[in-house]
Amino acid sequence: MTTIEVSNLSFGYSQKMVIEDINLKIDQPGLYCILGPNGVGKSTLIKCLNKINKPSTGTVSIDGQDLKGMSSKEISKYIGYVPVGGNDMFSMPVIDAILIGRYTQQKWKTTAEDISIVNRTMRLLGISSLALHGYNELSAGQHQKVAIARGLVQEAPILLLDEPTANLDVRYQVYIAELLKGLTRKTGMTVVMISHDLNITAKYADQIIMMAPPGRIHKVGTPEEVITKETINEIYGVNCEVLTDSEGKPHVILGSALWIDE
Amino acid sequence: MSESESLVERYLSEWMKKDEIEPDIVIEQRYRHYIWRKWVFMFACIVVAFIVIGLSLTIGTYPISFQETYQIIWDHIVGNIQDPAKDEVIFDLRMPRIMAGILAGAGLAVAGACMQSTLKNPLADPFTTGVSSGATLGATLAIILGISIGGAGIVSNAFVFALIPTAMMVAISRMKSASPTMMIMAGIAIMYLFGAITTMLKMWSDPDDLKSLYMWEVGSLGLADWEGIIVMVPIVIVGVIVIQLLSRQLNVMATGDENAMALGVDASKLRSITLVVVALIAATIVSFTGMIGFVGLVCPHVVRIVIGADNRYLIPASAMFGIALLLAADLIGRTIIAPTVIQVGVITSFLGGPMFLWLILRNKSKVWG
Repeated sequence: MTTIEVSNLSFGYSQKMVIEDINLKIDQPGLYCILGPNGVGKSTLIKCLNKINKPSTGTVSIDGQDLKGMSSKEISKYIGYVPVGGNDMFSMPVIDAILIGRYTQQKWKTTAEDISIVNRTMRLLGISSLALHGYNELSAGQHQKVAIARGLVQEAPILLLDEPTANLDVRYQVYIAELLKGLTRKTGMTVVMISHDLNITAKYADQIIMMAPPGRIHKVGTPEEVITKETINEIYGVNCEVLTDSEGKPHVILGSALWIDE
Repeated sequence: MSESESLVERYLSEWMKKDEIEPDIVIEQRYRHYIWRKWVFMFACIVVAFIVIGLSLTIGTYPISFQETYQIIWDHIVGNIQDPAKDEVIFDLRMPRIMAGILAGAGLAVAGACMQSTLKNPLADPFTTGVSSGATLGATLAIILGISIGGAGIVSNAFVFALIPTAMMVAISRMKSASPTMMIMAGIAIMYLFGAITTMLKMWSDPDDLKSLYMWEVGSLGLADWEGIIVMVPIVIVGVIVIQLLSRQLNVMATGDENAMALGVDASKLRSITLVVVALIAATIVSFTGMIGFVGLVCPHVVRIVIGADNRYLIPASAMFGIALLLAADLIGRTIIAPTVIQVGVITSFLGGPMFLWLILRNKSKVWG
């Protein structure tokens, strides 16, 4: 089990801080979901966890090692990353686009092992039939699946995903959430993902990190502890009812918005 | 356990069985075929270049046949020169042009491919990044005002000025919020600025200087001599090898700077290194051959359409296609209305323009994002 510890983390651009005084410890395998309104610093936080953003103050450490002293190549062996959306410039076949995720393991030549894991991952995500299609011929949802596949073939013990279900249809939103949860159970991986879907998060997350303006952690806990009528009302500004589903998980019935940002 | 849970369980168990899953034969066969196609394309370019070199070496007042050219080259290499006159004609008079074609074709095409990948812009090439306009300003200063940096006249001036836009782009790339788009826009700004200065200088120049400048601007493989080739060889060869060694990192960078960083590639650093290397290649070539357009912009796109965007193959294939295209264009330019010579840049545009247009219309959604 690889642990992540965040201490007094702040990050900002120029004088403006985006996230401030974040403290967080992830020392159990599981699915961790970051929730919060737009612009609250969810993506900024996740990018601090693998040093894409270098903290303004505070530290992030993996297994006790401060990221400050680690190269991005070393970090990539511990942490995989799936950014929101796909932005590949020039098209290459899907199989090549996913093989890029093997960069840290791969030598110059693509090996049978590389092809094998890419094949298995394409099958896992239901995109085998797209293997030799050009990346630019795919839909936004298919790009998202390729991005997730690229993160999985990296075979790192921690996987960070920025809104992995954003462009997916309902079936795949549920399937990906189940898949990520299943990965944590079967492989002991730690998965940290950003989401805007309260019900999917409530159903599948082991722990929820609820962020609130101005870039702070409001609450960390189980779905039952975090997904409450009061929290959603206060953080999101939305009227709602929170029911309990057949598995005892919270289920949010949304009402009307209470305010919008000035 | 619900139905959907069992589906995930089943697929996950399959995913984790590393050695027990049967390989997907169809995908693997088609993928091998796809890789094979890349090698065939590169081999075809080499064959075309080989034939064109032989044909080019036959052109001139001294009659030497196609077969003889290769015999003379072989005899020269093994030190068994049979006919010193023919050897002199081939090696002293005709070979510098061929060598310039090989170096310029490979170097400019690789520079274009690399600039397009690093700046994530399909229009990036030595022209749009300001390298060529810098070289032109340097050459203009040497021809019209007689100003020479380093004492080698046009060549040294063109080289030094060609590097100025790149230095500026590299400086911008080190800024925290710099994006590839910002860098290429800076290159375009410099291109216009240098273009304006060059135009002003031309207004004050006499007709003879204008003629010299025009000859340099249209570019020709015939401008290079052995002295120039000796300078070009190490820079272009080392430069192309460096870019080839960085080609896997270029692939990673193509997925976005943040994704690259997450995979252990420092995109900003890599962009600076590659820009300096390709600018050195392009500046060296432009300094000795003048402005040969089209190759750097279009060759990489044609190659991408045929073999895809994987830089591990794109870089060498662009080099080979660039050599074949440039030498073929030069051969056509020298023979089509002989003894009048049409400049190589004109022919590459005449040949490549319609071909490129046809390819982009046929493949419009497949290659560019």
